[in-house]
Amino acid sequence: MAKIKLTVNGVKHTREVEDRTLLANLLRDELKLTGTHIGCDTTQCGCCTVHMNGRAVKSCTILAAQADGADIVTIEGLAKDGVLHPVQQAFTDCHALQCGFCTPGMIMAVAGLLKDNPNPSEEEIYHGLEGNLCRCTGYINIVKAVKQAAGQTEEAH
Amino acid sequence: MYSVNYVRAKSLKHAAEVLAQNPEAKLLAGGMTLIATLKQRLAQPSHLVDIAGIGALRTIRLSKDKLSIGAGARHYEVATSQVVRDAIPALAYLASQIGDPQVRNMGTIGGSLANNDPNADYPAAALGLNATIVTNRRRIKASDYFQGMFATALEEGEIITRISFPLPKKAAYEKFPHPASGYAMTGVFVAVTGRGVRVAVTGAGQGVFRWTQAERALGKNLTPEAIAKLKVDAEEMNEDMHASREYRANLVNVITRRAVAKLASAG
Repeated sequence: MAKIKLTVNGVKHTREVEDRTLLANLLRDELKLTGTHIGCDTTQCGCCTVHMNGRAVKSCTILAAQADGADIVTIEGLAKDGVLHPVQQAFTDCHALQCGFCTPGMIMAVAGLLKDNPNPSEEEIYHGLEGNLCRCTGYINIVKAVKQAAGQTEEAH
Repeated sequence: MYSVNYVRAKSLKHAAEVLAQNPEAKLLAGGMTLIATLKQRLAQPSHLVDIAGIGALRTIRLSKDKLSIGAGARHYEVATSQVVRDAIPALAYLASQIGDPQVRNMGTIGGSLANNDPNADYPAAALGLNATIVTNRRRIKASDYFQGMFATALEEGEIITRISFPLPKKAAYEKFPHPASGYAMTGVFVAVTGRGVRVAVTGAGQGVFRWTQAERALGKNLTPEAIAKLKVDAEEMNEDMHASREYRANLVNVITRRAVAKLASAG
């Protein structure tokens, strides 16, 4: 068993889990943060994307033990005081989701992208979203949402 | 995933000790290949020895004629390092094209070279730049290190610590990525060095290889036209559901020409 101490959305947690436990399962099953979705289980779809120490990562391909001591932000941690994060607001405004399954991971990936590159070109947006799959939208409205969110995210962070 | 014991290595020595005591133990760096493999139950190590926390393995150093990158440097660190961008921009570019952003935020150069996936990007840079793979035991020339698909010169319990790249006069990397995985269907690293032109090809064959015929032609005439009529032997190329041998053989020529064209604007 591995004893894990980590901060999730600003709250400190200590848990004892099996060594093979994945970060996605720790978040969903132990901490009940089910906004982090598990889509493909093969590191391709990006639905499980969270931020670990400020970087977007796929939590289905990281052991909880690897995240010991880390600062994790999940989709539940983005909105502040009932106000949506600019990326969340942009996804709502631009109708950047249909079924919504990929959306939490997509939003976490976009938040990561805009942190590195606050004003991405269309090509950079496509390149930046290569780790996330959406089966409904055809990506057009997602790219629109990224463009809307670009420039707004700086003050929110 | 089968049950496994996770060990966070405090130091290189500690990691080596755990490996020595447990013959079925495996090193864990970024885990971008290993964890996925374990989830499919394609491997069953007794222990995972996590070396990601060893700070000394993350440093990037430049000397007069070499760029030395710690094995634990993540792809995004190599891609965005100003030192790498100034010293060998083609290497920073290569790192920026691996997998996807989330994978680049975790995956490491040492992990990629230890795994030696025939479609991985870094082997092309290591062989193309005539790099030295430094381990906790010795220094291995890239030409001796790569031994075919997923095979390397690494011995049991040996740990890659750094990769030392001699600085080229100029270099370029070009790849034809698989659209879903980002892996190189064919990736070509061309380097102009003090001792001639080197052309290293990944993704096309059973493992990374040098295309010596193109090297000789480019040594005389460094233009895409110089190799337009050269062909690699399709029989030696890889074949899978994504591309036939003949298709890959053709890609090697096309992608090499693109890489050479890029050299014109490369530093």
